[in-house]
Amino acid sequence: MAQGAEEYVIDVEGLEKSFGSHKVVRGVTLRVKRGEIYGFLGPNGSGKTTTIRMLCGLLTPDGGTGHCLGYDIVRESRLIKLNVGYMTQHFSLYADLTVEENLEFVARVYGMPAPRELARRTVRRMGLAGREDQLAGELSGGWKQRLALSACILHEPKLLLLDEPTAGVDPKARREFWDSIHELAAEGITVLVSTHYMDEAERCHELAYIFNGRILARGPAKDIITTQHLKAWAVRGAPPVLADIAGRAREMPGVEIVTFLGDHLHICGPEGGALETTMRDLCSTESVRCEPAAATLEDSFIHLMNSGGGDGRAS
Amino acid sequence: MAGRPDIPKHARPYRGFTRRLWAMIMKEFIQLRRDRLTLAMIVIIPFMELMLFGYAINMNPKHLPIAILSADNSDITRDFVASLKQTGYFDIRQEARTEKQADALIRSGRVLFVLQIPPGFGRDIRRGARPQILLVTDATDPVATGGAIAAVNGLAGRLFLRQLRGPHADLAGRPPPFELVVQKRYNPAAITAINIVPGLIGVILTMTMLIFTSLAVTRELERGTMESLLATPLRPSEIMLGKIAPYVLVGFVQMAIIMAAGRFLFGVPLTGSAGLLLTLTMIFIAANLSLGYTISTIARNQLQAVQMSFFFFLPSILMSGFMFPFQGMPAWARFIGEMLPLTHYLRIVRGIMLKGAEWPDLVQEGFALVAFMITVMVIAVLRFRQTLD
Repeated sequence: MAQGAEEYVIDVEGLEKSFGSHKVVRGVTLRVKRGEIYGFLGPNGSGKTTTIRMLCGLLTPDGGTGHCLGYDIVRESRLIKLNVGYMTQHFSLYADLTVEENLEFVARVYGMPAPRELARRTVRRMGLAGREDQLAGELSGGWKQRLALSACILHEPKLLLLDEPTAGVDPKARREFWDSIHELAAEGITVLVSTHYMDEAERCHELAYIFNGRILARGPAKDIITTQHLKAWAVRGAPPVLADIAGRAREMPGVEIVTFLGDHLHICGPEGGALETTMRDLCSTESVRCEPAAATLEDSFIHLMNSGGGDGRAS
Repeated sequence: MAGRPDIPKHARPYRGFTRRLWAMIMKEFIQLRRDRLTLAMIVIIPFMELMLFGYAINMNPKHLPIAILSADNSDITRDFVASLKQTGYFDIRQEARTEKQADALIRSGRVLFVLQIPPGFGRDIRRGARPQILLVTDATDPVATGGAIAAVNGLAGRLFLRQLRGPHADLAGRPPPFELVVQKRYNPAAITAINIVPGLIGVILTMTMLIFTSLAVTRELERGTMESLLATPLRPSEIMLGKIAPYVLVGFVQMAIIMAAGRFLFGVPLTGSAGLLLTLTMIFIAANLSLGYTISTIARNQLQAVQMSFFFFLPSILMSGFMFPFQGMPAWARFIGEMLPLTHYLRIVRGIMLKGAEWPDLVQEGFALVAFMITVMVIAVLRFRQTLD
């Protein structure tokens, strides 16, 4: 394997990509260690899918360099394809083939020995037994996703690139999916996974938050929260009162984020002092109770998006 | 009813029919306006058909190619040939020297008629010996030649009035001074099926090969499966060949069905070499598949692919000589027709099945198909990218 492969499975610097005049990715640098589960977060259209496609050789970057599994992402994309499992955002197996036929096709395409045997083994290993003769198009969301993951790992890749793998999947299937991911990581497979779910983000070893084609923050979830220095409050009271406050809270000094969390209103902002004064005023004028709360990962991302967007700082 | 809120006026189920209908109509027009290809087809197809049926298609074709095999060089013969030209039905393409040469010309389809004038034709006319002349016609397409034969027959009475003056004046007028023998080759009974069945092989192959393959890539793109395919080690050429190969087999199965049915139901023969027919059919299939593949790399979805295939298929049927006599079309329409692979394949398949044509007769058509295939294949491979850029 080529240089750099020992330390980082993904090591890219300054990736850029435009479609027409639209700059989708503007200088993305990523380093992912072996066996790591790396979460890739960001709103829709922020450049997650484009970055992942550049990593597996489906798109040619306009600028930047880098290696995936030690192979150059521009010149050696074919070698990367052989060693990467890529799970697309939308189900992309053949709806009119059965579970086993789909897996056998993938096995053959990757030139695996004894493809039929391998497909059957994978069916058992991934808990698809009993559904091998069902048409892939007739599977429910959770099973489709499991089949897609099976097709990704069939050829024993060293790196998995999963693009929003759990979108539209029920909580139980999501949990089982993440258990599988952790098992694979324990076997030494590196996983880069993009997601919108905060609970999933917290299951990753490391995160990168991308917005408008730039990475705004990176590191373990906890570090990202603490480095934003956000303060948060929980406001409880009668629903009509809370709804009224929610409508105008954003104009109050020190308030940046206002969101309902079940029975209470979650209010968050970067300036602790100003926010505290606002909260005390609120409690004295309205019949609500205010108490300090913990800022969430979601708060951090929204804050990053608000302050770092556009042409803001890129890390 | 108690507890039931008043239904707002605009939501009453049987009111506002026109408003809702109007909303639907507006939406359809907006979508139609955005769909450039459909819009173009709405305008271009009627125009194209109008041009074809109005100007190009001719059920009483004139200027048909004829070869003259003359063994007589008298003034009467020259005059006869000139009158033949004057009817407007014939274009004299060639003076054949030998009978063999004349046969090759008609077998290859380069001429539709050979006129054989016997030695001493002029002398025999003057003697009142009523010499015979032989008009060999390619009767595979009875429509194409019918009018021309009638025109030659009509000539007989009006000819040679100038030469047959004076002492020969009694020979002019009835009965005609010569006897016209018409020899209808290849389809003497003028059975339309004989002409249609081999042509149908070409038409059906064009249709299936074009539509199947033009859908091949767009289907993968539309369903999102192309992204996974491209993420695998498959190469573009492997994807292309893998998509095309099954349909080659499909094409031969279709051909076998039509040929078998043609033989047993309509008695359409296979006069020439089956091996040659299969080889040239293979090239024809490959040409159509490559074209379909090229279309599928251009079209953005399956609907566009079908529209584009149709756009090619329509002139193929009308201008190739399948439905209407090729020679009857004006030069510009024949020029377009020569660009279509079906035109060349029709000559090949009719030539081999009905006339027993051999490779030397079909060299031109064979090379035209190969040239078309290579051009389109190059475009297809260049158009297909391994990445999603």
